[in-house]
Amino acid sequence: MSEGSRDRIFSRLHAASRQTSTPDSQPPGLPILEYSRKEKIEKLKTLMEAMRTEVHIGSAKNWETSLAGILDQRKVKSLLYAPRTDIGQSLENHWKNDSGHSLQLIPYENDIEQLKETVFNVDAGITSAVGAIAETGALILWPSEKEPRLMSIVPTIHIAVLNADTIHNTLLEAMQKENWSEKMPTNAVLVSGPSKTADIEMTLAFGVHGPKELIVLILED
Amino acid sequence: MTHHQQVDFDDNVSRALNDTQLIKNIKAAMGTLVSKRKTIFSNEAETEQLRTLGNALKQKALSKLPQLLEQLEEKCTQNGIKVHWAETTSEANHQVLEIMRSHGATRLVKGKSMVSEEMELNAFLQKNGIEALETDLGEFIIQLNHEKPAHIIVPAIHKNKDQISKIFHEKIPNTPYTEDVAELTAIARKTLRKKFYEAEVGLSGVNFAVAETGTLCLVENEGNGRMCTTVPGVHIALMGLEKVVEKLEDLPPLLRLLTGSATGQLITTYVNMITTARKQGEKDGPKEVHLIILDNGRSQIFADPDRRQTLQCIRCGTCLSHCPVYNRIGGHAYGYTYPGPIGKILNPQVEGLKAAGVLATASSLCNACEEVCPVKIQIPDLIRRIRNESYSKDPASTMEGHGYKRNLLETLTWMIWEKTNTYPIINAVGLKILSVLGITLPKIGPLKNWTRYRARPELAPKSLHELVKHHGVDHE
Repeated sequence: MSEGSRDRIFSRLHAASRQTSTPDSQPPGLPILEYSRKEKIEKLKTLMEAMRTEVHIGSAKNWETSLAGILDQRKVKSLLYAPRTDIGQSLENHWKNDSGHSLQLIPYENDIEQLKETVFNVDAGITSAVGAIAETGALILWPSEKEPRLMSIVPTIHIAVLNADTIHNTLLEAMQKENWSEKMPTNAVLVSGPSKTADIEMTLAFGVHGPKELIVLILED
Repeated sequence: MTHHQQVDFDDNVSRALNDTQLIKNIKAAMGTLVSKRKTIFSNEAETEQLRTLGNALKQKALSKLPQLLEQLEEKCTQNGIKVHWAETTSEANHQVLEIMRSHGATRLVKGKSMVSEEMELNAFLQKNGIEALETDLGEFIIQLNHEKPAHIIVPAIHKNKDQISKIFHEKIPNTPYTEDVAELTAIARKTLRKKFYEAEVGLSGVNFAVAETGTLCLVENEGNGRMCTTVPGVHIALMGLEKVVEKLEDLPPLLRLLTGSATGQLITTYVNMITTARKQGEKDGPKEVHLIILDNGRSQIFADPDRRQTLQCIRCGTCLSHCPVYNRIGGHAYGYTYPGPIGKILNPQVEGLKAAGVLATASSLCNACEEVCPVKIQIPDLIRRIRNESYSKDPASTMEGHGYKRNLLETLTWMIWEKTNTYPIINAVGLKILSVLGITLPKIGPLKNWTRYRARPELAPKSLHELVKHHGVDHE
């Protein structure tokens, strides 16, 4: 059924497109923005905070300690993490040495089919962000074999760890510099804040389906 | 093509105009959308440049549409996404059903998709024993109330929170009555979480499909789209064949235009780019991804060089929000999937003039839609084209059902009008007779309708010609 339809659709499209020519020139693109490193961090922070994201700027040396504080404050009991990532390794080391706390670290080690109930009941999930976009204020998430997709959408709280050196001026710049068209992953996501909706009387409400809270740790050194 | 029952547009409009609650809800929301858009597009010169770019990018894509669709299909297939082609909505419906059945699946969670509305997919699946559940909050509300979207972007915008409170209380078991928006949102979250968990298949629309990489790009704020496309083991994406763009780098300006126009946002909460199904070694995501590409009249629209621009539409809904007609009658009165200005040109071209041509009459040709359209579709021109073709027996007319409005009385009237205006003597004599006899236009035929809300023109005792002859002209 689909085969015949495909052929008929294409024969109509081909017949019609013989009569037309390609437009000759493309108008200029979006303005090129060049922020300094400091400005990029500032811009990202301001825009994401305006979308009710909690942004912390800290050091790569002791981010686990800041994280512990953030989790304590929210009484987070369980944290979903990816054990084979750098972040995952640091977390394991930190929490191994730091006994006497009540946080349960839950590794995303198996396929979702075995882990579904756990993933849907965990308090928070932590992932890396491979980059960010200063212009619009958004993280770039690039899930992988090591860091599965659902970690950043199912848990009620999503914590993302971002290296300040990976903030791009614009989305276009990120695509070009990182050569996205050659290596698009299974799924790439831009995230600018916690889940929200304005479907009822245009009134903003947060946490409708995805995370109710987004917390970003920007590592500056 | 979907065969709707004939819509009684006049009746719908009268009812909408008398529904004061509806008009109040719509007006308040549209005002918010219009002013939010302004905050994003505050710099006029920049906005104009961006719209020119958006127009060029969509025109470029359409100029090589068949090649790009072939490339998209090839890329998707390489990436493990199965591509299906549907000429009609019925074919697309059966493709969804087939996929569901091949997995023995009975529960579908849906992200927002206007193409699925065009297909009337929910009703079709329900008839076939499958639960198709809307998960976008607005869509969820209207599905509970057995309604269709009143707006492309904010589907439940015709309802205020009191009405929604009542719907939730009555339709969701064990739900206490609350008018608190945060609480209502929490109720939806709780109800739908369970559904995401249980559903075997997830369905979504597509905002842009990138031919270069085979990437499906979806924008949203709620996260239900990401849930639908990531939690269930199978993902079905639906798109109209006009959604393809050439390059990944075409996305940034188009995304800016879409989110700025639709909701007045610099960027949505999520921009979801899906390129492959779950790969070996990955721990989640659907193992199977299907892309259904729907024609449903689009290739016919494509064949006409002027009508083709209809396919540039990125479904941002801003023409609805800015339309003085939409603002006064809301979305349901139009009676078809796509309301507002874009609906006035799209539905008649898809469903035929006889069925939907009447929608093109609901315009004052004020041009607001064209002025805000992010891809510069000349909507008023196309509205006029539809009006003309409704009367045209010219074989060069390309719209299905053209000439359906043609009738003897109007043809004769215009023939006489033409003659009297070509020959001044006939004009003068005719007017003289009319003014002497004191005849004003009789309220019959088309004039009866026309004069329902308008005063009839009255003829002055002396024509302008006569006055000039008598008084001469004062040159100041």
